Amino acid sequence: MTTTAPGRQRSAPAGADGASPAPSVPAWRRRLRPYVLSVPALLITIGILYPFALGAYYALLNYAAVRPVPEFVGLQNFQSVLTDPLFWTSVRVTAVYAVAATLVETVLGIGIALLLNRSSLIGRIFERVLILPLMIAPVIAGVVWRLMFNPQFGVLNYVLGLGSTFNWLSTDTALWSVILVDVWIFTPFVAILVLAGIRSLPKEPFEASDVDGASWFYMFRRLMLPMMWPYILVAVIFRFMDSLKIFDHVYVLTAGGPGSSTRTLQIGAYEDSIINLNYSLGSTYMFLLWALVFVTARYLVSVLGKAQRRAAGSEN
Amino acid sequence: MAGELMPGQKRITGGSVLADVALVGWFVFSLFPILWMLLLSLKTSAEQTSTYFRFSPTLENFAIVLSDRGTALTSVDFKEALLSSVLNCGGAVLVSLVIGIPAAYAAGRWKYRGSNDLMFTILSFRFAPELMVIVPLFVIYNQLGLFDTNVGLIWVLQLVTMPLVVWILRSYFEDMPAELEQAALLDGYTRRRAFVMVALPLVRPGIAAAALLAFIFAWNNYVFPLILTGSENQTVTVAISKFLGGGGQAYYNLTAAAAIIGALPPLLLALTIQRYLVRGLSFGAVKA
Repeated sequence: MTTTAPGRQRSAPAGADGASPAPSVPAWRRRLRPYVLSVPALLITIGILYPFALGAYYALLNYAAVRPVPEFVGLQNFQSVLTDPLFWTSVRVTAVYAVAATLVETVLGIGIALLLNRSSLIGRIFERVLILPLMIAPVIAGVVWRLMFNPQFGVLNYVLGLGSTFNWLSTDTALWSVILVDVWIFTPFVAILVLAGIRSLPKEPFEASDVDGASWFYMFRRLMLPMMWPYILVAVIFRFMDSLKIFDHVYVLTAGGPGSSTRTLQIGAYEDSIINLNYSLGSTYMFLLWALVFVTARYLVSVLGKAQRRAAGSEN
Repeated sequence: MAGELMPGQKRITGGSVLADVALVGWFVFSLFPILWMLLLSLKTSAEQTSTYFRFSPTLENFAIVLSDRGTALTSVDFKEALLSSVLNCGGAVLVSLVIGIPAAYAAGRWKYRGSNDLMFTILSFRFAPELMVIVPLFVIYNQLGLFDTNVGLIWVLQLVTMPLVVWILRSYFEDMPAELEQAALLDGYTRRRAFVMVALPLVRPGIAAAALLAFIFAWNNYVFPLILTGSENQTVTVAISKFLGGGGQAYYNLTAAAAIIGALPPLLLALTIQRYLVRGLSFGAVKA
């Protein structure tokens, strides 16, 4: 192959493609090119950022359907939300949900990935159907599980021999039941990411330590885990961030109840702003949740960056 | 035991049997709800509350759900919802492709000032709590008359589809060697023609994967259509959730049939792009 073009690196500054043999296009137009291409996406982005900003502004008003001409009330909403025990219940429910679901899914997902990686016959068959729960809409999963959870005619109590009295969605059990459904839906997400990670690892270190007589556990802990860490972290970031704003299947299963035992922050905001039509109160909830998500994201992404650099270093 | 970390090793040991048992355990848990739904959707109304696995199967529920009879029974017009989902999700993906491909190309090919800011702002939509946008949009849409319209729903679905399309395709454009386009330019192609004739065909698998995945997630989305549509543009997910919500008699077998129909398109599409799923689901972060 005769590649005559001087290989321009992707990271070259804009407009630096001096070798571009189209002299009819002036340099300023070339420099403008990426901006022109991004204009439509930028417009959509602004169109989405506008309601975001408006939502943040609502948090400073006393806007509600019953008060169509709102007044500026400063931080009053934040004061009333932050002193409301119901808000802190939502925070607790959301925190328990996010930590428990992410933890269980990560451990199970890594386990399933390791088991599938052995490429047994059963594993090869199962790998094809692994993602089924993940691709079904969470709302549909919620409907399906709600039917199965039913104490009288639901199939779970029948199959597990729990009689017709065990209530999966009582005040004490509901939070764990909705976490169980989350695990059912999203564990495959962690599993396929980790499995892809395992398969991309270099084989030599494992062969070498196998020759050296290293145990399975030693190889897992000292070789595989450090190299897989970036893949695991990507999965954890996605799962944890999504769990913080969980809504769909929880709303279908319990609508936040019984009482407020599964009232996550987004369900709380839904109740305040859409059911009770108090837009400002709902927006305050959402602003606080957004701040939580933002801070968590910043932290997790910096951890990911460090892990990626370390993994890259250990491979060379 | 030690060698099992590496793929392609076959040894029948006590450990590998145990591993297979654990795997079967997970997949019983994973597939049982789907199987149960399938059974329930084949049961008659008389059998719908039984927990038995033996019954006389019928396909009637599917016919009822998709006809006016189902609407009369459950007051949910499911075939309208299907049509609405196809229209709105398809429209949302199309808009995202037209807008996202140029932006993804620009971000993947050149480093320009503000490029990363724009990309991360778009990504942040994926992780933002939906109601933060929905509450103001709920007010704005009611003022502008966009509530329960195609335009309104397609607009808000960009929060779901655009980050996916832009981020997946950026990772594909980044991987494509710039030399190929350079060669085309030397051959006298214009920039635009080099893009259409050389770059686009090379990332076609990426475009297909991104489009289908975006369609799946738009289809599966619940919270946007729940709040921003009424009876006209109700989507499949909202319709299914209403099967259980209404008062009066419950039709669990019809609910199950609707759930199966609603779950089928994403499942079929996902199977066709299985090779690209990992890269897509991780927004290009994991290149499998």
